[in-house]
Amino acid sequence: MEMKDRLKIPRQPMPEQDPKVRARNFDEVPLGYTPETAKTEALRCITCKNPSCVDGCPVQVDIPGFISRVMEGDFIGAARHIKQTNALPAVCGRVCPQEVQCEERCVRGKKAEPVAIGRLERFVADFERATGDVAIPEAPPSTGKKVAIVGSGPSGLTVAGDLVQLGHDVTIFEALHKPGGVLVYGIPEFRLPKAIVAAEVDYLQKLGVKISTSFVVGKTSTVDELFEEGYDAVYLGTGAGLPTFMNIPGENLNGVYSANEYLTRSNLMKAYKFPEYDTPIVKGRNVAVVGGGNVAMDSVRTAMRLGADHVYLIYRRSRAEMPARIEEIHHAEEEGIELHLLTNPTRYIGNDKGWVVGVECLKMELGEPDESGRRRPVPMKGSEFVIDVDTVVVAIGAGANPLVQSTTPGLNTNKWNYIVADEETGQTSREGVFAGGDIVTGAATVILAMGAGRKAAQAMHRYLMSKK
Amino acid sequence: MSAKILEKQQLSENVYKMVLEGAKIAQKRKAGQFVVLRIHEEGERIPLTIADADPVKGTVTIIFQVVGKSTGHLADLNVGDVLLDLVGPLGKPTHIEKVGVVACIGGGVGIAPVYPITQALKNAGNHIVSIIGARNRDLIIMEDEMKAVSDEFIVATDDGSYGYKGFVSQALEDKYLLPGKKIDMVVAIGPVPMMRAVTDTTRKYNVPTVVSLNSIMVDATGMCGACRVSVGGKTQFVCVDGPEFDGHQVNFKELIDRQRIYLNEEKECYDHYCSCRLGKGGI
Ligand SMILES: Cc1cc2nc3c(=O)[nH]c(=O)nc-3n(C[C@H](O)[C@H](O)[C@H](O)COP(=O)(O)OP(=O)(O)OC[C@H]3O[C@@H](n4cnc5c(N)ncnc54)[C@H](O)[C@@H]3O)c2cc1C
Ligand SMILES: Cc1cc2nc3c(=O)[nH]c(=O)nc-3n(C[C@H](O)[C@H](O)[C@H](O)COP(=O)(O)OP(=O)(O)OC[C@H]3O[C@@H](n4cnc5c(N)ncnc54)[C@H](O)[C@@H]3O)c2cc1C
Ligand code: SF4
Ligand code: FES
Repeated sequence: MEMKDRLKIPRQPMPEQDPKVRARNFDEVPLGYTPETAKTEALRCITCKNPSCVDGCPVQVDIPGFISRVMEGDFIGAARHIKQTNALPAVCGRVCPQEVQCEERCVRGKKAEPVAIGRLERFVADFERATGDVAIPEAPPSTGKKVAIVGSGPSGLTVAGDLVQLGHDVTIFEALHKPGGVLVYGIPEFRLPKAIVAAEVDYLQKLGVKISTSFVVGKTSTVDELFEEGYDAVYLGTGAGLPTFMNIPGENLNGVYSANEYLTRSNLMKAYKFPEYDTPIVKGRNVAVVGGGNVAMDSVRTAMRLGADHVYLIYRRSRAEMPARIEEIHHAEEEGIELHLLTNPTRYIGNDKGWVVGVECLKMELGEPDESGRRRPVPMKGSEFVIDVDTVVVAIGAGANPLVQSTTPGLNTNKWNYIVADEETGQTSREGVFAGGDIVTGAATVILAMGAGRKAAQAMHRYLMSKK
Repeated sequence: MSAKILEKQQLSENVYKMVLEGAKIAQKRKAGQFVVLRIHEEGERIPLTIADADPVKGTVTIIFQVVGKSTGHLADLNVGDVLLDLVGPLGKPTHIEKVGVVACIGGGVGIAPVYPITQALKNAGNHIVSIIGARNRDLIIMEDEMKAVSDEFIVATDDGSYGYKGFVSQALEDKYLLPGKKIDMVVAIGPVPMMRAVTDTTRKYNVPTVVSLNSIMVDATGMCGACRVSVGGKTQFVCVDGPEFDGHQVNFKELIDRQRIYLNEEKECYDHYCSCRLGKGGI
């Protein structure tokens, strides 16, 4: 096809489940490209010599390199090409905020729409998985070095994959009973099917990574005990899994959840399949979710799927400041979520049995910009009003779980109790101890956690090989 | 980690003791800590106190009362069966030191968690007054074990079928606090109404009282906040900040309310299990 014709191809949409139908089921919302649409979309890429999209990618995936393979119909080749820099393309293709990363920088976006890089990434990864043609590289010679990885989120999984392929003996220790971190306990099935995470974990195990679930470092063994047991280096990828509450009256009423609890019950414990699965969840009729990020979006959409009549999203700033991905806000609105923007809860009202029956809110207006550069919301006097609810999900952010920090002497942390680690190497204040992902940066993204893991793996490899 | 059931014994009508495989946990655990287990893929995560452990054999003992689906299912399992997941030891260990005379009070299945604490307090040189109680004689468990680690020992039953007639809190007041016998500290574990009654009693006499709270949990690593309780007006997570707290500071009303969140679902789940069990020809 001539270049001028290629430039006329419109960005290929990805089919999705109808909003009315999907709002009541937990199946994945986007249905994915067909090989034909993938090839068509790939033809929109002009294979730039100095591709700006790659600069927008936190791990510098060779985007034109994989897209040109898609053009040729070499989907498996494309998937393997991505995997050289990004071990989890099926995950990233689904959850990365491409609109502020690679796709934002794509030159095609200047005059027309950017190439749908994320959708293509997702397509090739799914294609590879579906064909079962997943290559297992030959095991490298053993270095005889043992590495312990704490936490099986995207950053721990990345470190494990990289180090095992360098010949180290790698064990992941995970507190929960299933590996995957936020990918299994936080992000819902309708956005990231758990079978995909399981396949990635399975692949790592085939590479030789050992996974010890139900093992809480700091409790079952401390970091120092891992060293005593013969591990030569430790990577801490424990995430930002501490729920934050607002400390307003009524937060301990029945029916008030942290987003972590709500999503963990639904995703990890499969409460949406109760009573087939034993773990219950409150299936509210009128649900309020407080917050404006991806976690809040996942919570409102989960509430809808659990059968709510009304789901309200309460956010103290305006739409422009919402940290959630635009696509997710859009999806949530299509599914019937009602937004209460510039609104802030002040207290929860309970009945005599201790159940939440209402949330009292204040209207806000935007004032001067704050430290984050976003305009600070200020309450409007006398604007209190009450929304009747039977369930509330508080999704206002997460902090650092102190379990490892408090049991590892000499490990430096910052004032929020995140672990201090070198940005380039992940090196902490303790010899042989490296860290990365959300436990260093605070709640961020999957790809940043993976990027930190990749850099740390390189540094850990150097450390292990220089150690006698 | 999965764990095999090595021993099983019925202690009373609804209370069972099981010895599980768990080498790591057995080595590490201290009095006051607990495990979380999950029976099978569809199962929930349930917390149970480590009643005893043998670091040499690598085993952990749990004692549990059948109150619903998960504990009912657990009781249906037998020696040789394998639990899908067992994690621990969780929670803060009991603060053990020599304080003098300590009353260790266990109500019903709460006798099981109070036992390892009593043992540790005894080993630390305290003079132990044990008061164990239940509704009736048949429900008293671990009498011999408790006796063995006590200097003074009282059994109480609500109906008077054995020992002192009345609640453990009344026994404590009648026999010790009212007559002015010295008690430096109380440790009370049992159903929430019992712990509340004990703390109400000891408050009058200004005796420091430790209780172990059994709020509903999910992860039990401090990640979800399901287990939160108010202690002295501040929110605490029972799984990581506890399970033991100053009983005089605990908001028991809130704890009782929160334990009832899933009452309807729990019943539905248990009925579902019982009907399935009957469908398979009973047990
Ligand atoms: C609901 C939700 C939705 C999100 N949506 C998106 C999205 O769409 N796109 C995006 O890019 N990012 C998203 N994020 C953020 C992203 O998931 C995280 O930034 C990322 O998962 C961080 O990876 P990590 O490996 O650092 O930690 P985590 O994924 O948090 O994994 C840490 C793991 O360590 C384990 N652990 C913790 N302490 C211990 C211990 N002491 N011993 C053993 N194991 C331990 C935890 O159980 C957990 O499994 C979302 C987050 C949430 C909560
Ligand atoms: C730290 C701790 C230690 C415990 N130690 C013991 C013990 O040694 N022996 C013992 O018999 N019991 C103990 N429990 C209580 C035990 O966990 C519950 O009885 C059990 O989870 C009930 O599950 P079920 O499905 O059989 O009953 P359900 O039908 O689910 O519930 C019955 C009652 O148990 C409580 N409960 C339900 N789910 C949970 C949960 N996930 N976590 C906590 N409580 C729940 C509820 O308040 C409910 O009223 C302990 C609880 C905690 C938090
Ligand atoms: S910037 Fe856009 S057009 Fe250029 S290589 Fe990247 S994806 Fe292709
Ligand atoms: S059980 Fe989740 S924080 Fe305590």
